[in-house]
Amino acid sequence: MNIIVCVKQVLDPEIPPAKFKIDPEAKQVIPPPGVPPVISLFDERAVEAACRLKDKQGGTITVISLGPEKASEVVKHAIAMGADEGYVLQDEAFENLDSFGIAYVLGKAIQKIGGYDLVLCGRQSADWGNSQVGSILAEILGIPVITLAGDIEAVDKKLRVKRIVRDGYEVLEAPMPSLVTVSNEIGLPRLPAGVRIMIAARKQVPVWKAQDIGAESSQLDKANAHTEVTSLSVPTRKTECEIVTGDTPGQAAENLAAKLAELL
Amino acid sequence: MDNKGVLVCGEIAEGKLAPITIELLGVGRKLADELGEELSALLMGSKTGGLGQEAIAYGADKVYVAEDSLLDNYNSDAYTQVAANLCLKVLPSIMLLGHTDVGCDLAPRLNGRLGGGLAMDCLALSVDPATKLLVSTRPVFGGNAHAGMISKSARPQMATLRLKIVPPAERNDSRQGEVIPVEGKIDPSALKVKVVDRIKEEVEGVKLEDAEVVVSGGRGIGSAQNFEMLWELARVLGGTVGATRPACDDGWAPMTLQVGQTGKVVSPKLYIAVALSGAIQHIAGCLGSKYIVAINKDNEANIFSVAHFGIVADHKEILPALTAKFKELLSA
Repeated sequence: MNIIVCVKQVLDPEIPPAKFKIDPEAKQVIPPPGVPPVISLFDERAVEAACRLKDKQGGTITVISLGPEKASEVVKHAIAMGADEGYVLQDEAFENLDSFGIAYVLGKAIQKIGGYDLVLCGRQSADWGNSQVGSILAEILGIPVITLAGDIEAVDKKLRVKRIVRDGYEVLEAPMPSLVTVSNEIGLPRLPAGVRIMIAARKQVPVWKAQDIGAESSQLDKANAHTEVTSLSVPTRKTECEIVTGDTPGQAAENLAAKLAELL
Repeated sequence: MDNKGVLVCGEIAEGKLAPITIELLGVGRKLADELGEELSALLMGSKTGGLGQEAIAYGADKVYVAEDSLLDNYNSDAYTQVAANLCLKVLPSIMLLGHTDVGCDLAPRLNGRLGGGLAMDCLALSVDPATKLLVSTRPVFGGNAHAGMISKSARPQMATLRLKIVPPAERNDSRQGEVIPVEGKIDPSALKVKVVDRIKEEVEGVKLEDAEVVVSGGRGIGSAQNFEMLWELARVLGGTVGATRPACDDGWAPMTLQVGQTGKVVSPKLYIAVALSGAIQHIAGCLGSKYIVAINKDNEANIFSVAHFGIVADHKEILPALTAKFKELLSA
């Protein structure tokens, strides 16, 4: 079974709010110094899902990441987890694309790789979270899509997917190839073993440019963007935290309970 | 550009219009009036009964009704096909869906098929008075920032709206409108994904998303056993327990109770955050709470920056007394 996983490198969402800064003019987030970017959480789960399928079925896992050259770090992280090959899609023309542009580039790279049974994406990115690249990509590739997977199995050349819904889950069956977006319910990603980290460190991660995948500049033209961001702001919170005290911690707790009971 | 009007993609839940649909009809009506255009709705199901008329009472001028046994429950391929075909016929300028199990799947697929411009999980929708474009405001970076988005030329301009952000539309049964059956059968060859089963999971006590009170713990709680203290407080308050990602990763609380960007987004009346520092991805999941209370021994912890009330102390010294006092106050 041959699986292609799309991963994105993002700002670490575990940073404290004080380190979160934006440039409202540029409509960009300013990465805090000294905090390395990470693989987007749902994408890491997608890699995990791919590794579990490979553990059972055999086959190969190819990882692609659209981003700066530094995105080779998240590709290598995926290789350390168990992926076989990886590519970074980097080109000036790929910067600040909207969801359609991103899906177009990923689609071109996937068509170049070819021979896939399953394409996996995270359910949304941990940064802009547009939550639509996977579905648009499936439309471009002309394959079925299942979103929000909590479990993926391959049974008799078919995919059996548990789709998480509000009050439980659905069990869906899809032919191969299909695209599946992965949610966190799939479970924790594995910690790479030392030997895999060594393999990943030595692995060459080729960089593909627009011309390498046959991406046409008309499709990457910002003037044709489907969506654009017109403003970025940090919502102001007018919360003053009232620190409740008491002679003893127990007394402070009782004072707090009395205050809250009035509000409830 | 020939696209005109606002189309609400409705949802039917247990034979009724889903609450989000009534909310969307209210928003859609407002946007349509500002544009001086029509508000229409699409209802898909196996039996839609009088729901078309009801959607009119809530503000729709036209209701397109697609009835087919294949639309009984949500089926991604079938719903996408019907909704996409209708959009190609009606050519709406704006299309609104709920940020629900259905909308989260259907909106991006429809967008991919129609080539529109979509903003997901919106907190506000308005029409720019100068350009007449839809402006969608949505949380990004786990809710730590808000982005305004537009689609200059792609149509339809699409958005999914978060639940309970706007009040439901007012019902007026004297409103006039037109219910139009959607012609054409579903092409079964386009149904590639089969729904094998639907499982409802019962939860003990109150559901996290529905709870009025959530008592959440982080890594500072120390162990699965120590989480019992949070449960005791939650039970007294008629609420439930939540947890941060690290606490869930350590297995101290089940993954289903995770609050945050990668877990559930909750908006209870009272959110008590115990021994958790408040990473941006966690705060993203609880910012909608009416009151946030922080209990942490580190007075520098970020959670205090979003809390309304706080106690700087070891939670082990606070929780038993807090629980006991609530018990006394609430039984009085």
